[in-house]
Amino acid sequence: MVINSRFFNRSELIGFFALALVLFVILPLFLDIFRLNLVAKYLTYAFVGIGLVLCWGYGGILSLGQGVFFGLGGYCMAMYLKLEASSVANTKIQSTPGIPDFMDWNQITQIPLFWKPFHSFPLTILAILVVPAFFAFIIGAAMFKRRVGGVYFAIITQAIAAILTILIVGQQGYTGGINGITDLRTLHGWDIRTDHAKFILYFVEVVLLFGCIIAAQFIRLTKLGRILVAMRDQEDRVRFSGYSVANFMIFAFCAAAVFASIGGALFTLEVGFMSPSFVGIVPSIEMVIYTAVGGRMSIFGAVWGSLLVNFAKTSLSESFPQLWLFGLGALFIAVVLAFPNGLSGIWADYVQPRIDRLLASRKPKSAPGYVADGAPAE
Amino acid sequence: MLIGHQPKDFLLAVSGLTVSFDGFKAVNDLSFYVEENEIRVIIGPNGAGKTTVLDLICGKTRATSGSIQFRGQELTRLRENEIVQAGVGRKFQTPSVFEDLTVFENLEISYPRGRTVFGSLAFKRDDAVKQRVEEVAEMIFLKDRLNTYADQLSHGQKQWLEIGMLLIQDPDLLMLDEPVAGMSVSERAKTAELLNRIIKDRSVLVIEHDMKFVEDIAHKVTVLHQGQILSEGTMEHVKNDPKVIEVYLGH
Repeated sequence: MVINSRFFNRSELIGFFALALVLFVILPLFLDIFRLNLVAKYLTYAFVGIGLVLCWGYGGILSLGQGVFFGLGGYCMAMYLKLEASSVANTKIQSTPGIPDFMDWNQITQIPLFWKPFHSFPLTILAILVVPAFFAFIIGAAMFKRRVGGVYFAIITQAIAAILTILIVGQQGYTGGINGITDLRTLHGWDIRTDHAKFILYFVEVVLLFGCIIAAQFIRLTKLGRILVAMRDQEDRVRFSGYSVANFMIFAFCAAAVFASIGGALFTLEVGFMSPSFVGIVPSIEMVIYTAVGGRMSIFGAVWGSLLVNFAKTSLSESFPQLWLFGLGALFIAVVLAFPNGLSGIWADYVQPRIDRLLASRKPKSAPGYVADGAPAE
Repeated sequence: MLIGHQPKDFLLAVSGLTVSFDGFKAVNDLSFYVEENEIRVIIGPNGAGKTTVLDLICGKTRATSGSIQFRGQELTRLRENEIVQAGVGRKFQTPSVFEDLTVFENLEISYPRGRTVFGSLAFKRDDAVKQRVEEVAEMIFLKDRLNTYADQLSHGQKQWLEIGMLLIQDPDLLMLDEPVAGMSVSERAKTAELLNRIIKDRSVLVIEHDMKFVEDIAHKVTVLHQGQILSEGTMEHVKNDPKVIEVYLGH
């Protein structure tokens, strides 16, 4: 398999087109706009999942604080939208018109300095990509350079998620507090609340999702991807092969943070608000569960996991709101005990071989064409 | 023999090296010198501190005091990966290879290029890499196993693979911790042959218990006992040293 380094192998190619077919064609055709918007919401977690596949599945770094980065991206986008929604005309009944409503309620009379860059859309996009990477870099450097890893790292990321939630809730005047940033209306003058806008946003999101899938696949296929796998099992051997293990861990963590942040920014657009309830410990753990159920070693698995678990969450919590959390917990335990590679593992171990056998019996000698050589594709 | 030499004349100069774990001195004021192209074997009873010495040189364990000079460069202040880049390679006692990667990928990771984060992102598997990997795979008897995942290899093959990974790093000082332990007789003979081939043009520091093997390859032998040097010299000298006979070879 090693010499065969095409961008997608045969089963990945099938996975790629199957997902594209479902997301681009089947779901938009058969779902009404309300359900399609729900799918869009589920898919925002797929971005987090793709990051977790790289960081946790490949690099072995379990972060239980991805909600932090999801939230950073979401809040960056929300701040931009909120500033746009808080024009003087829209807010003339406030005692200080032209500032976000929650600031006015908290007797703040001026837009704080850290809100200022979010007047600009390009700066907002930049912030969505750079701010989480920056924070992940600081956390990663502080932890990995000191060789903090494994369970300790997971616990620390949990603590950071808790801290950020408390900070957001506590600084109500600057962040909107527990209610979050609500009543978002337009993106660059374009109303995001209409059905038409939701339809377009869905496709924008799916295109970005495929962009992230390709980016993650690219990382996976470079030598860096193989070093992540190597590091997971034999950290010392990587170190004594001349690599700074900490730097590679920091990279994986930063990449996962950026993916999560893009998901968070899209969440704000799709759902129309952002609040601390998507930042803290519980959502962070749920994001890990989506990835685990889908399969932490599979980029496509993470997408399917986010879709299916969230779909189950919506349908079950509509009928049995009390039971859902127990169901989710049970699902996680079942996956970890019985199927450590999640749905994609089940597919690869049980379904794929059957399909292969079926195809082979019908069409003998249809060996997949191995490419003899070639560097990882650009 | 030490007088008149400056440390930089040696490839490796260890002086006054001490490491203490909670007051227990695993290595105690140890000094020894390895010359260019020398093959040095360290022997000694269990717990003598042999592996700890290698750990100290490659940076896995930090020295409490003392100095390790490699080509005049102080290693005790460098990180592990910097020590590797300075030209020191280390093979561990239990084979440590990347089991989820193929033999090719294992060797490729050890190829000394693109060792930074962005360097490894931009790394291309070009002809030079492929050629070198195949060359080394042939030397370590794994040429037709290049696409095998390393977890499918036998114990002996894993040992060879790890030796191959060091070889591709092309270190100036190669440190091997019991390279033939746990191998079958035929594997052992092949390993001896392999080692004899790869130790040319570099210095080697070997820990080994197999006396036959030691006699075959050693230029000089250092006998460690309780973290200190008991005897040092040619195999002939060491074998006839009454102190060595008492603590080690005698029984």
